[in-house]
Amino acid sequence: MALLEIKNLHATIEGKEILKGIDLTVDGGEVHALMGPNGAGKSTLSAVLTGRQNYIVTEGSVRFKGQDLLSMPPEDRAREGIFLSFQYPVEIPGISTVNFLKTAVNEHRKYKKLSPYTAGEFLKILREKMELIGMDNALLNRSLNEGFSGGEKKKNEIFQMAVLEPSLAILDETDSGLDIDALRLVATGVNKLKRPENATIVITHYQRLLDYIVPDKVHVLYDGKIVKTAGKELVAELEKRGYDWTK
Amino acid sequence: MAKEQDDLLEEVTGSGYKYGFVSDVATDMMVKGLSEDVVRAISAKKGEPEWLLTFRLNAYRHWKTMKMPDWGQLKIPPIDYQDIIYYAAPKQEAQKDWKDVDPELKATFDKLGIPLSEQKSLSGVAVDAVMDSISVKTTFKESLAEKGIIFCSFSEAVKDHSDLVKKYLGKVVPPTDNFFAALNSAVFSDGSFVYIPKGTHCPMELSTYFRINAAKTGQFERTLIIADEDAFVSYLEGCTAPQRDENQLHAAIVEVFVEKGAQVKYSTVQNWYPGDKNGLGGIYNFVTKRGICKGENSKLIWAQVETGSAITWKYPSTILKGDGSVSEFYSVAVTNHYQQADTGTKMIHIGNNTRSRIISKGISAGHSSNSYRGLVKVMKTCEGARNHSQCDSLLLGDTCGAHTFPYFEVANPTAQVEHEATTSKVGEDQIFYCNQRGISAEDAIGLIIKGYAGDVINKMPMEFAVEAQRLLQISLEKNG
Repeated sequence: MALLEIKNLHATIEGKEILKGIDLTVDGGEVHALMGPNGAGKSTLSAVLTGRQNYIVTEGSVRFKGQDLLSMPPEDRAREGIFLSFQYPVEIPGISTVNFLKTAVNEHRKYKKLSPYTAGEFLKILREKMELIGMDNALLNRSLNEGFSGGEKKKNEIFQMAVLEPSLAILDETDSGLDIDALRLVATGVNKLKRPENATIVITHYQRLLDYIVPDKVHVLYDGKIVKTAGKELVAELEKRGYDWTK
Repeated sequence: MAKEQDDLLEEVTGSGYKYGFVSDVATDMMVKGLSEDVVRAISAKKGEPEWLLTFRLNAYRHWKTMKMPDWGQLKIPPIDYQDIIYYAAPKQEAQKDWKDVDPELKATFDKLGIPLSEQKSLSGVAVDAVMDSISVKTTFKESLAEKGIIFCSFSEAVKDHSDLVKKYLGKVVPPTDNFFAALNSAVFSDGSFVYIPKGTHCPMELSTYFRINAAKTGQFERTLIIADEDAFVSYLEGCTAPQRDENQLHAAIVEVFVEKGAQVKYSTVQNWYPGDKNGLGGIYNFVTKRGICKGENSKLIWAQVETGSAITWKYPSTILKGDGSVSEFYSVAVTNHYQQADTGTKMIHIGNNTRSRIISKGISAGHSSNSYRGLVKVMKTCEGARNHSQCDSLLLGDTCGAHTFPYFEVANPTAQVEHEATTSKVGEDQIFYCNQRGISAEDAIGLIIKGYAGDVINKMPMEFAVEAQRLLQISLEKNG
C-alpha cells in the first residue's frame, strides 16, 4: 500500500480552479520534489492535503495510509502523520515553542490513546531532538516564532518536525529567504530525519535545496497538473532550460 | 474567506454558562421597590446601630438627586429601580457549625466548587460565602482569629467590630461618590470584612464567593479590607448567578485601606451570568472598587479576570497617598455575544515617588463591546511619580468592538508617564497553524488567549490561576 495516493485531484479556491487533475503516489522512504513556476498550484496542493479551509476539492481522491484523507479535519490529518513545514510560519505571542510543542505532542498521543508525556519525559525528547537539529535552547523558550529571523523560523519548523516524527513531511518553500548556511543546516536536519518508512515532499522553485536534499523523483507542476516526472537529473535540466519546455 | 473564518470563530465562541442553575432555598424577601421605609427595614432587619441607619438614609437621600452615569461606552437599557427587590436572604443565617448548615446551601456551593467544609477546603484558602443578601458561612474564622485577623461577614463586623467599621466605612468610597455607590450605601446588605493587624502576614488566601440566587433581586454587598502597618493579605472574590431571561443588578462597593509598609493583593474572578447568545438576560455589574495606599511604601495590587455579566462598569482604583507607595492593576476582560464591558482603573498619585503599573488585556468576540477606560492623575505636589500603562485588545471576528480611553492628568513635571496600546486579531492562519500541529481549533483559541493573557493570569493567586485560565476558555467555547 502506498503511503500517499492522489488520484485525479481537482480543487478550487474562491471559485477558481487551481488543481486540475493531479495524480501522485508517494511510498515510504521516498523523497519527492515538486517544482514548477509561480501559480502552478504547488502551495495549493499542500494546503489541500493538510485541510486548510477555503480550498474546495471538486473531484478526485486522496488516500493516506489507506484512509480517506479528505474526510478528516486538519488536526486529525496532522495526528495521522502529515506535517507541513510552513512557508510563512505564524507567531503566537506569549506561548513558548516548548509549551506549544508539548501541547501538540500530547494531542498526538491522546489521538493514539497514549497517556500524555510527563514534563520529564518530554524534556528528555526535547533535548535529544535539540541535539539532532542543533536547536538553541534560548529560542525554544521564546514566544513561538515571535521576533525570529527567517532562518530561525525555518529551523524551528524542522525542529517541530523532528519532535512530531511525521510519516509524511511536506516542506513548502522551506528554502525561501534562507542564506546558504541556514539552508544547509535545515537540509541536514531533514536528512537526519529520513527513515525507511517515512516520506518527504519538497516543494521548491530552485535547485539549491535539492543539492542537499536529494530527491528520488522530481515532478513538474504546471497550471494545476503534473506535466513531467523524472529522476533527480531533471533538477539540473530545469535549472538550465527553465519550465517552458516541459509544457 | 472572512465568512468561513467568522463561522469558525462563531462555532468556537458560542458559550455555555455552567453556573446557571437555581437553588431551592427558603428565602426571606422584602417587597419590591426602594424608599426610606425599605432602607429603614433593611437596617432594622440587621439590628444596626443608629449611626449606620443615618449613613444609609443620607446616602439614599443623595442618591435620589443623582442620575445614572452615561459617559461609558455602554448601551444601558432603562432600569426601573422600583422593580427590584433590595433584600433577599436564605432563611438560615450564618452557621458556626458545619452540620447546622442547610443541605441545599451546602449542595449549592459544592456544585459551584466552593467547599464550605474546612476539611474539604482548598489548602490555604478561607472562604466567606454570600448568597443573595447575606453571608451563609465563613470558614477558618476561628483559626485566623488566633493571629488577631478578623475575617467575617460585614453584618458580624458591624455587631462585633463596630468601632473599626465606623472608622473606615465610606472613607475611600464616600456615599456620594457616584450613583451606584450611593445606591449601595443606602441598601447594602452583607459582604466581607477583613482586618489584618500590625506586622501580620495572613497565612492563607481569604476569599469571598458571591452568589445571586433569588429572582427579581439585586445584590448590593460591601467589602471592607484593612491592612494595618506592615501587614500582608491576598484576597480573592468570585461571583456567579443563575441563568435567567431578566437582567439583575449587582452594585457593590469595595474599600481597601493599606497602612504603612503593608501590602494587599485583591483578585477578582467575575463570572456573573452573561446573558444568552442573543443578549437576553444577564447581570448588570456596576461596581465601585477603590483602595488607598495610606502609609509610606504601602502596596495595593488589583488583579481581575472578568468574563461574566451582560454589562460591566467597573474601575478598581488606587489613591497613592503614602510616599513611595505602589499600585498595580492587571486585568483580562472577555466579552462575547452581546456583552458590554467598560472597565479600567484610576491611579491617583499624591505621595512623592509613587509608582503605578497598568496592564489591561481585552478580548472581544461575537457582537460584544469591550472598552478600557483609565485615568492616571499626578497631583501638583507629587514629585517623582512614575506610571506605565499597557492596554491591549484582541479581537475574535469582525462584529465585535474594542475601544481604549486612556486619560492622563499630569500636574507635576517630574512625573514619568508611559502608555502603550495594541490591537490584534486571532487569525485564521494562527488557528490553522495549530491545527496542522494536531491541535483542534478550540484548543488553538485557548492557547492563543493563554499566551495573550498570560501576563495577567500569572498575577492571580496560584490556586486560582488554573481556574481563571479555564474560565477564559469556557467563556469563549462553543456549547456543550
